[in-house]
Amino acid sequence: MKTIRSLDELNQFRDEIVEEKKRQAGLGKVQLVVGMGACGIAAGALDVWKAIEQQIKAGHLMDVLLSQTGCIGLCPHEPILEVTVKDAPKVTYGRVTPEIVNRILKEHVLGGKVVEEFVVDTTPFPTI
Amino acid sequence: MKVIRSMVLVSVDETSLARGAQDVFRAFLDEIEKFGLSDQIAVTTILDPGVHGDTPLVIVYPDSAVYAPVTVADVHTIVEEHLYKGNIVPSLLAMMHELVPEIGWMRGRRGALPVQKRIVLERVGVVNPESIEDYILYDGYQALAKALTHMKPAEVISQVEKSGLQGRGGAGFPTGRKWSFVANTPGFPKYVICNADESEPGTFKDRLVLEGDPFSIIEAMTIAGYAINAHEGYIYIRGEYPLAYKRIENAVHQAEAHGLLGDHLFGTDFSFHIHPHAGAGAYICGEETALIESLEGKRGMPRARPPYPTTYGLFGKPTVVNNVETLANIPPILRNGAVWYREIGSPKSTGTKVYTILGNVNFTGAIEVPMGITIREVIDIYGKGMKNGKKLKLVQSGGSSGSIAPASLQDVPMDFDSFRNAGVSLGSGALLVCNEDTCVVDLARVILRFFRNESCGKCTPCRIGTLQLYEIVSRIAEGQGTLADLDAMVRISEAMSEVSNCGLGQTAPTALLDILKYFRAEVETHIVDHVCPTGVCTALKHSLVSAPVE
Amino acid sequence: MDHENKDLDLASLVDKVVREHGATPDSVIPILSEINRTLGYIPAGTLPEIRRRIQIPQEGVFLADSHVYSAASFYQMFSLKPLGRHVIRFCESAPCHVEGGRQVIEALQKELGLQPGETSQDQKWSLLTTSCLGVCSVGPVFLVDDDIFGNVTPERVPEILARYE
Repeated sequence: MKTIRSLDELNQFRDEIVEEKKRQAGLGKVQLVVGMGACGIAAGALDVWKAIEQQIKAGHLMDVLLSQTGCIGLCPHEPILEVTVKDAPKVTYGRVTPEIVNRILKEHVLGGKVVEEFVVDTTPFPTI
Repeated sequence: MKVIRSMVLVSVDETSLARGAQDVFRAFLDEIEKFGLSDQIAVTTILDPGVHGDTPLVIVYPDSAVYAPVTVADVHTIVEEHLYKGNIVPSLLAMMHELVPEIGWMRGRRGALPVQKRIVLERVGVVNPESIEDYILYDGYQALAKALTHMKPAEVISQVEKSGLQGRGGAGFPTGRKWSFVANTPGFPKYVICNADESEPGTFKDRLVLEGDPFSIIEAMTIAGYAINAHEGYIYIRGEYPLAYKRIENAVHQAEAHGLLGDHLFGTDFSFHIHPHAGAGAYICGEETALIESLEGKRGMPRARPPYPTTYGLFGKPTVVNNVETLANIPPILRNGAVWYREIGSPKSTGTKVYTILGNVNFTGAIEVPMGITIREVIDIYGKGMKNGKKLKLVQSGGSSGSIAPASLQDVPMDFDSFRNAGVSLGSGALLVCNEDTCVVDLARVILRFFRNESCGKCTPCRIGTLQLYEIVSRIAEGQGTLADLDAMVRISEAMSEVSNCGLGQTAPTALLDILKYFRAEVETHIVDHVCPTGVCTALKHSLVSAPVE
Repeated sequence: MDHENKDLDLASLVDKVVREHGATPDSVIPILSEINRTLGYIPAGTLPEIRRRIQIPQEGVFLADSHVYSAASFYQMFSLKPLGRHVIRFCESAPCHVEGGRQVIEALQKELGLQPGETSQDQKWSLLTTSCLGVCSVGPVFLVDDDIFGNVTPERVPEILARYE
């Protein structure tokens, strides 16, 4: 584990993280992010997470990075799944269930086609 | 990051929609795109602008220009002249004399945008909360590094003081002043406590930070420790937040493993340790002296004050107790400077506030906006209007101990000063929106049941008062109340507010008193006519003419 | 299990928990929490056991049985009597109430045949109420053991309860 003893070391560590992120992005991996705050979990985010894990274990998804984040404040849309395929803009899906996850994985992650009916609009919440 | 300089609101109430508001909205998106302004201008909808007549109505911030009625044909001109060139189009403006005073609220907004600005929630929902790498990638630990290597403790305190940051737990005490009290109090050791016992019903802003950006709290507490010369910190997380506890515990371990928490931080002599502590279910522990008692292994019963924790806190030592949201403001203030922070919000209430929007609106959730937004803006821009088109009846601001604001107060800017002048408490940032189907007697009963359960029982006015008030309100809901009960409730409430030992007893009757102030007629109808106009109190008749509800 | 063995087990549990959290007066609440979590409640017999391990008169540390009891009886998440195998904690605070919680608690009461505070005869269910759980944006909300369920409607109640053995 890296120990940080100065501002220089902190910035050096940050540069390493940036490089690592770039390297991963270069590999063309698909990023899947599940909203895992308590409200997301109350709405069923754990089932969504497990459904994705299952597909990864079954070998149906190869180049996928699965990670989690906190609650962004769009609670009625929970559980939320964000999908970023290569350079394409991030797509946010809402009210996702394990069945919907399987469709998204098949059609969007593997097939490259956004599943429009479950996409939620995040623009009504203007943010500076 | 996008820098939104202007904001367009299109009214989408029923008459506006019937007159083509949807097309106007789309036309704005298209035109703004054509002029290449999409990154600078936010277009959104407002459900009830408070004006009925010449619709659709289009409001442009920050100039507070009101165009009405707007047709698709007008959109190009507004975008080109006003948004692109910066000249208001007088010929399309609404007839102001007809709108006054309904749009008085828009004037108050002039010069500022009711748009989200995320400081506290900057990383929440963006980073992986279990990864210190993600935190560092998004500016994490820059503030601590700067404080430890380039600033003296007194300079850190003075930056926080200059920023104007006020405590976000509800009371609004200046954070910098609190820190300097402790720094200047003799005694050692000193302690930093993060009050994460967020138990005010309807409030979960702190949970979002604890779960979504736990490292920011660890960093902020370490900065506080450096500023006041403390070497130990405690985070008291309520027992009902197991996930928050897990994330904080993980953050402490990762920070320690990277040498960002522990001994000799950033190669200096400063050392700091943090102990996460889980509560066991007690609302009262949100009161800072009760929290300290609880940390010491006792019942969470508030102490008599003074002495305040700043002189006699944990284990009898000088202690800083800060709320989660307050602490989350600290690293950005140190990174960007006090001047930057002062420019956000209103002059007397700087910075942003995280609100949780709940109840009968179309969209519940959390937003972070500059201080000074109005209830109407919160409901109609962020809440996406009232659910099922029902009317707004009241808003409870600040959780169960907070005030009740009737619909008539929805245009008061929400900052510490304006709210205080209107007799409303800003409190914890919870906004419980209730529609016309809400019975105020039933609401009072639920709120008072909460305080009856949560009173710690130490002082008599609160222990007996909460029980008495609950029983009287229940009696009224059952149709057994008398008019004399109303006077009795006011007497009990005033006694509780005056002589209770702590904030719980002092604020428990707040909502009830507001209900008696703004909705007395509805309560009296329960008593005199045995009628509950909303039909919620099933023991009573729904209206004077119809038969009792089965 | 005979009586003596049970006492012995409690003593060794307290041993382990006190060692983990530290034998100091300010560890009383974490110790009680851990026991409550492990056993589902805090048996009266554990209280003097805890006191005995923390009190060290030679070092000036004094602790009364009543002190441990006062902490154990104060906090809502502690139970001093055994509860059912599954504990439902229903949020009865104002936001959930406004969002339709009343209909959900009525459905729970009907489905389980229990009033708040009661435990079923077969020891399967306890129905308790709790103050706000802080997930109001997906209200109404209740907990079954450690699992949290949001956006609950009366219709969903039977399906959720059926998940538990």
